[in-house]
Amino acid sequence: MSTVFGQVVKRREDPRFITGRGQYTDDVQLPGMLYAAILRSPHAHARIVSLDVEGAKRVPGVVAIYTGRDLAEPMGTVPTAWIPPESSLKTPPHHALAVDKVRYVGDGVAMVVADSRYAARDALDLISVQYEVLPAVVNQVEAMRDGAPVLHEEAPDNVAFHWQIGNVTDEVFNQAEVVVRHTIRQQRLVPNPMEPRASVAQYNPATGELTVWVTSQNPHIHRFILSGILGIPEHRLRVVATDVGGGFGAKIAVYPDEALVAFAAMDLGRPVKWTEDRREHFLATTHGRDHVEELELAGTRDGRIQAIRVRAYANMGAYLSTAAPGVPTILFGLIVPGPYTIPYVGVDVYGVFTNTTPTDAYRGAGRPEATYLLERMVDLYAREIRMDPVEVRRRNLIPADEFPYHTPTGLEYDSGNYHLALSRALDMADYDGFRRKQQELRAQGRHVGVGVTTYVEICGLGPSQVAGAVGFQGGLWESSTVRVHPTGKVTVFTGSSPHGQGEETTFAQIVADKLGVPVEDVEVVHGDTARISMGWGTYGSRTTPVAGSALAVALDRVLEKARRIAAHMLEVSTEDVECADGQFYAKGAPSRSVSFQDVALQAHMAWNLPQGVEPSLEAQAFYDPANFTYSFGTHICMVEVDTDTGDVRIDRYIAVDDCGRVINPMIAEGQVHGGIVQGIGQALWEGAVYDEQGQLVTGTLMDYAMPKARFFPNFETAFTETPSPHNPLGVKGIGETGTIAATPTVVNAVLDALAPFGVREIQMPLTPERVWRSIQEGGQRS
Amino acid sequence: MIPQAFAYRRASSVAEAIAILQEDSGAKLLAGGHSLLPLMKMRLANPATLVDISGVKELRGIQRVGDEMVIGALTTHAEVAKHPLIRTHLPALAEAAARIGDLQVRNRGTIGGNLAHADPSSDLPAVAIAYDARLTVMGPAGRDVLAAEDFFLGPMVTALPDGQVISSVAVPIPASNTRSAYVKCPHPASGYAVVGVAAAVAVSADGTVEHARISVTGAADCAYRARQVEEALVGKTASLETVHEAAQYAAEDGWIGSDVYASEEYRRHLCCVYTKRVLQKVLL
Repeated sequence: MSTVFGQVVKRREDPRFITGRGQYTDDVQLPGMLYAAILRSPHAHARIVSLDVEGAKRVPGVVAIYTGRDLAEPMGTVPTAWIPPESSLKTPPHHALAVDKVRYVGDGVAMVVADSRYAARDALDLISVQYEVLPAVVNQVEAMRDGAPVLHEEAPDNVAFHWQIGNVTDEVFNQAEVVVRHTIRQQRLVPNPMEPRASVAQYNPATGELTVWVTSQNPHIHRFILSGILGIPEHRLRVVATDVGGGFGAKIAVYPDEALVAFAAMDLGRPVKWTEDRREHFLATTHGRDHVEELELAGTRDGRIQAIRVRAYANMGAYLSTAAPGVPTILFGLIVPGPYTIPYVGVDVYGVFTNTTPTDAYRGAGRPEATYLLERMVDLYAREIRMDPVEVRRRNLIPADEFPYHTPTGLEYDSGNYHLALSRALDMADYDGFRRKQQELRAQGRHVGVGVTTYVEICGLGPSQVAGAVGFQGGLWESSTVRVHPTGKVTVFTGSSPHGQGEETTFAQIVADKLGVPVEDVEVVHGDTARISMGWGTYGSRTTPVAGSALAVALDRVLEKARRIAAHMLEVSTEDVECADGQFYAKGAPSRSVSFQDVALQAHMAWNLPQGVEPSLEAQAFYDPANFTYSFGTHICMVEVDTDTGDVRIDRYIAVDDCGRVINPMIAEGQVHGGIVQGIGQALWEGAVYDEQGQLVTGTLMDYAMPKARFFPNFETAFTETPSPHNPLGVKGIGETGTIAATPTVVNAVLDALAPFGVREIQMPLTPERVWRSIQEGGQRS
Repeated sequence: MIPQAFAYRRASSVAEAIAILQEDSGAKLLAGGHSLLPLMKMRLANPATLVDISGVKELRGIQRVGDEMVIGALTTHAEVAKHPLIRTHLPALAEAAARIGDLQVRNRGTIGGNLAHADPSSDLPAVAIAYDARLTVMGPAGRDVLAAEDFFLGPMVTALPDGQVISSVAVPIPASNTRSAYVKCPHPASGYAVVGVAAAVAVSADGTVEHARISVTGAADCAYRARQVEEALVGKTASLETVHEAAQYAAEDGWIGSDVYASEEYRRHLCCVYTKRVLQKVLL
């Protein structure tokens, strides 16, 4: 077999992206196309007293204006598609445009459709809305208090759901030698993919077919849900999302906007385009994180963690977005015990409505929140018992011989060697050497610190049976079709929907590896419901383990058929055919061979096929994984804090990740790099801040600090490879590990640097002012 | 982020630009566009007419005229940052220009546009004040010269009369015993100065501070001259002690502001820290 699996192959998709030849949704141009603009509420909470569109209608070029009242009847509401069981989940109606009341700044109020984007935008300024402003609440803990403003009458206490899991009892804490208690806040983040959201819809009244181009991570889910909102049968609805410029979870959700655009296209009989601008993205695209967590950890004096208990208040925003309820519950609560042998776990989550932009998945989705709280608590515990934080981790990591490992939350970790990743990272970092140097530097008045995170991640979502059991309103299997053309070139159709992750390359490597054809002979097609039978999309680090496995199964089927045809051509029995590097040999007679291309041609000519073998060479697989996969690793960061200003400088960042077998080390490394950057973004810079009236104060890229390349040193990355036993490729996910691990790593490093000041907590992001204040308030230097 | 409709006119000379500004009170000058266009996209500025002066050749270029460096208003930040005479004689200006925004901004943004826009967090006003720069402005009645020190009146408010155009910035070349520098704490999102401090300080042969001009930007409603710091320096021996003593007055001459990123208290503190740092650079 060829060795293309595991090799660096340059990303084949990049030339078209970096030369401006990608086909993003906003690049779609259709004859007669109209442009939509959406009027968004300037108030966080208000009753719509009156709405007058007459002035706006007079703007030259305006074709139509729709209000919430116009659309409440013909359009369905925007559904929530994750309903965790036994959580008393409330699903108040979410209209595509607000009908009587607006509930966050950015809530859609009206849509203008005009013959230019400019006319549509100008008309928005002439829509006259009279609001009766109501008191707003933006903080989830305050929203649960008596007398707080109520968003939805269906949830009078603003609690959208209440979900619990675990086996912990008060007894465990009462008898513990050491109990650490802490409250932390994991701030709200704005995803900010480079490409904002967009949608184009075109309706063909002759056939009744509607085509929707949309910035989606999961076009089939979009089709499924849009079909319901619009009342269009799925077989008349095509959703296309070929090139998507990043999503980070924010393009999983089905938003009112794409439904509105589709409705207008059908209503007006002309194509309609809408593209979000960056300001709109801040207000109207889902945000991530935003937890307040009350935490308790019980342990022994000699460093054994016995229990972790979490009460989390998750800010859901004004409505429950598509996957939102699953994020702070299933994707968060189940992984709270992390990579440690913690026998008792308790997780209690309140999902709360507030007058803010809805939250949903953001890179890592629940798992970063769980990892952050756990790693922070482990460090506080280490400090409490005066033990090195690495030693505490060593004593609690699940040993390599205990896999598969069953957690108290019901997960079965498939495989792992956590100690190996830890020791590799410690070696790379020269951890002991750093600790010695830290003492010397402290004596000189310099404040350096190190943070170490050991993590495990649920990825490869997931078995469909489990999806059903946890209330996900869809399947989590994946489809793949492998079509071999007469010349031996191959087209792969995958149900996953990559949007930057590089599967056009890695999937071609899987094909090349299995069939022995050159990578260049393989085309990977994704993101079009008309070309791909079914799929559940790209999120939850599932594409390689699930869609990659579907591809592997389909390739096996192709290969099996090819072998039968080759045997017939070689006039030997199928068992006597060997296959290597794209050639089929007669066993023991290597000079007698036919190439894969010969076989492909014969399969299509069908002049002389073995009996019972159908013409053509194509196979399809629908693969449902047996379990999740669990990537893991150790990240280490070294920082220096300028105590005069509070500035944090990252001196080194070391990441050792294990995602099973690595298909393309360069792409895996790129995923780790991007993940680390976003994780550190949360630690040090990013934060969506609302004022008390519910205005987003950090609502532009001038205020909301996205990480920039110059903020970072070179990352030092490495992989250990512990194959997953659950899938045919032995692979796990790598898209989210960096985001999951980096945030606590950096925060713990800063807190380690400031330990001499007695600093235990700094609210994220660790802005220079917060760091400086913590030093001022931290008390005397010890 | 779609601007309102506006008329676009291209001026081929300063005189033509002034004439358009006189006849159309809703007109604004467009040079590099890196301050005005973002405001227009947010619909915070809605000029009826843009007068594009980017093709006016007489407004470009850097030259030495006697004891001054004269910089045409349309000179880009990138051109200022890399110009050998600026780097030699006005290092604080080169340092500040090199740290504005990012490469694209520096290649488009202009010194005249930057000063006229008068963003309170902009780097160049501090440097212009510290170097005692003079702004040549042209209007229907002819040419006038304004001191940078008197130019910045408040956030985006300047002494530039309506309908007039900054044509050049003249910066006196400091005496050979003068050292100057600019340091800044950039906002992590915008790159603008949370606090930026420019200093031009002359020290005599015996180590006494002869002359000092210190200016702070970012911290207050507009860039200001830190006179109390200057007073604490002049006549003193250039020493660490003098620097520490003087730097503590860094926030005393401005209306220090507060925002979601940095409170007034912290900004005051940063004024002192960065003043200390810039003085260490030029004095020690």
